[in-house]
Amino acid sequence: MKETGSYQPYSYFQLMEVSLRELLVEKGIVTEAQVAATVEDMRSRSPERGARVVARAWVDRSFRERLLENGSHACEELGLDVPALKLVVVENTPAVHNMVVCTLCSCYPRMLLGIPPDWYKSRNYRSRAVREPRAVLSEFGLQLNIKTKIRVHDSTADMRYLVLPMRPAGTEGWSEGRLAATVTRDCMIGVAVPKPN
Amino acid sequence: MIEPRFKPGDQVRVRKTYPLGHIRTPFYIRGHSGVVERICGAFGNPEELAQMRSGEPRQPLYRVRFRQQEVWPAYQGNAEDVLEVEIFQHWLE
Repeated sequence: MKETGSYQPYSYFQLMEVSLRELLVEKGIVTEAQVAATVEDMRSRSPERGARVVARAWVDRSFRERLLENGSHACEELGLDVPALKLVVVENTPAVHNMVVCTLCSCYPRMLLGIPPDWYKSRNYRSRAVREPRAVLSEFGLQLNIKTKIRVHDSTADMRYLVLPMRPAGTEGWSEGRLAATVTRDCMIGVAVPKPN
Repeated sequence: MIEPRFKPGDQVRVRKTYPLGHIRTPFYIRGHSGVVERICGAFGNPEELAQMRSGEPRQPLYRVRFRQQEVWPAYQGNAEDVLEVEIFQHWLE
């Protein structure tokens, strides 16, 4: 087959991934089909899952309380399985804004938000979010009032964090689906706030 | 599982030590003091798990709240801005 497009040789880590995968298949530990299914499953998760959780919390006060009490359990109520991690939901209020980072690597609530964006994994975001969060937020276009306290969550171990943003003004009476559409991935990481659209 | 030695509200300090290996305590927080925000449960010790050992006994894991101005003396912002980090018990004193 004639090669088209730009060809790049494998990088060190790509080569290591291919070698390891081929070995595991050769030794009968996993099958190619299992690997493909897992990758497909990871790709199929998207921030819409998290947005559903947020919208439900906005319209259902008791769900919101359960969500803040135990995030993983509350997600199960919506049929969202959040295995192998304990979800901590942190709530934005007029007085407190929450923001999530993983300074050590890229821990992220993938079950609810899918694959993290590249900037979340960048050295720039990871090193600066804990040190100058206000400057980082302003680069995302979010100017926070100095009176609003910032709470940065460094997810260094077994917890995963989801920000529950404030429901935007002017959305009274909206359906859960319409509310969910205002909740972007960045709102749930805490680098943006929802806007009615 | 090891019993928790701290409870929410307790003042704690992160050990200032630099062992080699897979450590889930960020460098920037070592030596700093904060307050236990909550006990997250008990989890396999990542330093042991990284060596292909069992991680047992499980270590209590805490979320510790630090004042930004304590961590970064030149911090610009609200004096009540905070940073919360998960720290395993054997890193706290």
